[in-house]
Amino acid sequence: MNRVEMRLLDIDKRKTTFEEVALGYNKKEMLDEASRCLNCKNKPCVSGCLVNIDIPKFIDFLKKDNVDEAYNVISKSSLLPGICGRVCPQETQCEAKCIRGIKGESIAIGRLERYVADNAAKNFVFSESEGKAKVAIIGSGPSGLSCAGTLSTLGYDVTVFEAMHKFGGVLIYGIPEFRLPKTIVSEEIEKLEKLGVKFIKNVVFGKTIDINDLIDEGYKAIFIGCGAGLPNFMGIPGENLNGVYSANEFLTRVNLMKASDERYDTPLGDLGDVVVVGGGNVAMDASRCALRAKAKSVSLVYRRDFEQMPARKEEVLHAQEEGVNFNVLTNPCEILGDELDNIVGVKCVKMELSAPDSSGRRRPVEIKNSQFIKKANTVIMAIGNNPNPLIKNITPAIKLNQKGCIEIDENHMTSLPGVFAGGDIVTGAATVILAMQAGKESAYSIDKYLKNKL
Amino acid sequence: MYEILLAEKLNGSVMKMVISAPLVAKKCLAGQFIILRVDEVGERIPLTIFDYDRKSGTVSIIFQIVGATTRKLSLLKKGDYLFDFVGPLGNPTNTNDINKVLVIGGGVGTAIAFPICKELYESKKEVDAIAGFRNKELVILEDDFRDVTKQFFIMTDDGSYGEKGLVTEKLEKLILSGSNYERVYAIGPLPMMKFVSKVCDKYNIPVIVSMNSIMIDGTGMCGCCRLLVDGKVRFACIDGPEFDGTKVDYDEAIKRNKMYFKEEREKDCNLLRRIDE
Repeated sequence: MNRVEMRLLDIDKRKTTFEEVALGYNKKEMLDEASRCLNCKNKPCVSGCLVNIDIPKFIDFLKKDNVDEAYNVISKSSLLPGICGRVCPQETQCEAKCIRGIKGESIAIGRLERYVADNAAKNFVFSESEGKAKVAIIGSGPSGLSCAGTLSTLGYDVTVFEAMHKFGGVLIYGIPEFRLPKTIVSEEIEKLEKLGVKFIKNVVFGKTIDINDLIDEGYKAIFIGCGAGLPNFMGIPGENLNGVYSANEFLTRVNLMKASDERYDTPLGDLGDVVVVGGGNVAMDASRCALRAKAKSVSLVYRRDFEQMPARKEEVLHAQEEGVNFNVLTNPCEILGDELDNIVGVKCVKMELSAPDSSGRRRPVEIKNSQFIKKANTVIMAIGNNPNPLIKNITPAIKLNQKGCIEIDENHMTSLPGVFAGGDIVTGAATVILAMQAGKESAYSIDKYLKNKL
Repeated sequence: MYEILLAEKLNGSVMKMVISAPLVAKKCLAGQFIILRVDEVGERIPLTIFDYDRKSGTVSIIFQIVGATTRKLSLLKKGDYLFDFVGPLGNPTNTNDINKVLVIGGGVGTAIAFPICKELYESKKEVDAIAGFRNKELVILEDDFRDVTKQFFIMTDDGSYGEKGLVTEKLEKLILSGSNYERVYAIGPLPMMKFVSKVCDKYNIPVIVSMNSIMIDGTGMCGCCRLLVDGKVRFACIDGPEFDGTKVDYDEAIKRNKMYFKEEREKDCNLLRRIDE
């Protein structure tokens, strides 16, 4: 039996609304898919999961349609299954290790996890804070939430400080509604609140509060999960023209500020013809958001070929289905503007692949005399981020590497004892699940550190 | 939620508000800004801090009604609440190693120039100031400035108050009359800062300007507030808001600040129509 496909929202609806595209399994689909699991003894899938969810065990409960017990199994390892089930790249993690994948299709573990998160009653008993030490979490993105949740189940008194006006970090401002509905994020945050975690918004670490303030207020340990910061630009002429956005800005306008919805005040001019630069998940998100924000056309420009694209295959496919034009082996070299500095086009050059570079990917090189001009009114640069720039001013006691990322030891502790860090501020731009893993591991390290200290 | 403790009009389109924001008041310094959101559908707008009181935990802002968000803000009264108020953001004004300075404010920018004057004055520096307005009706903060300056000059475009002329004319006169300013701070409309910087450059006087770029997060995440300084891309929110006035590409900044001009107008008109109904 083949893997059960997930139903998708009608294609015409997808282009015009921000409703979730992947609709999830119904009960029959879930039971069919769960029944494919061989429940292997050595559980290779678990080793592919960064937070080590006991996957065969929760699927076993699903086979008996016991969703609540399946939820309890997942909760032992992950407090945010509704999010992970949707945005984890399962095909390169748990599902890549699935025995069934050797001869056929692997079990759709992510889809089953999502089914559990969406359908469990979630009536589990919340433990009262056991009066253990106060811990401060900086940032309410994936690493912060996962660290906060884990610490709270260990009995700590946890407070999360967020710089923006909504909680969730990249889950709110970055990942669009059609991939991760914001109600799912707020439900997961409400769950943490019920666990006793306190959330405070509008607090910028390094500006509104600093490490000494937290120490004065009695926090015994601090976890910094303040994420990525300044977006990269290409350094080509015309990047400061009106209508050139970083993906961070564009996605924040659309997702957090809801700029494409007329009921909201944040502006987003007429997008016209949009060119998105990049080949990662963020580029796919930006392209698909632009379509939904009434762009006349959306073209993605990527300097390598389809095979080298870092984006999930599923995201590329969805973007293609929705009408995003893919211009692979193409690189922008100048953004052209009119006398008012509004964009009129992008000068591009064709590329070809040469020998593999240090990353193992074949290096793209320009094809001579292959320049052409692509019509455009909006350009979105989705070519990565630097770490949060405010971190470097906080204290010299926290060592940074050359890229400006925080250096940590094997216990996720920074060079300042009692201060831990994880997520993009340590690794540079990476995935949600990698940040969640770092948050969870940091929580156990904080627990160990505080137990030894007190 | 952040309570509005005082809301008063300073002239036909400029308002002052005192907001209860203890965490911001505890840390803020001259030259820094806050970002606020009026209501749950509101946009995030940056406003430079006018004054603060650490003891009472309050922060004062002064703003001009220029679009839908500032219009909405102006409709709030004492006892109302702002949804969000975050800061202090940006770097404080560097007032070290100088003794004699000139502060120049233009229009509502005068409000931003005030805390710099105050801080310099309180640290026993010799401070002169020039404030430029279109006409007498628009003059604000005159008494506040007189309290914290040695000499204070008001310039109006039409001569209806103070002296007739531009702030740059007064600046040049003061320089030529032998006032040995070690630094000039200029805050106001972009063209004013551009021309003040030109005059300062001519006489080799260091000049600092404060850039009011469009922002969203204000913490170095979105890149929206980028500008060219000395040919390099800088970010007003984390590298500024103050920069060497002679190095800023004003023409580009002027165009960038007009990015949403049309949308702002439309939103403001719609809002006014709703208010009328």
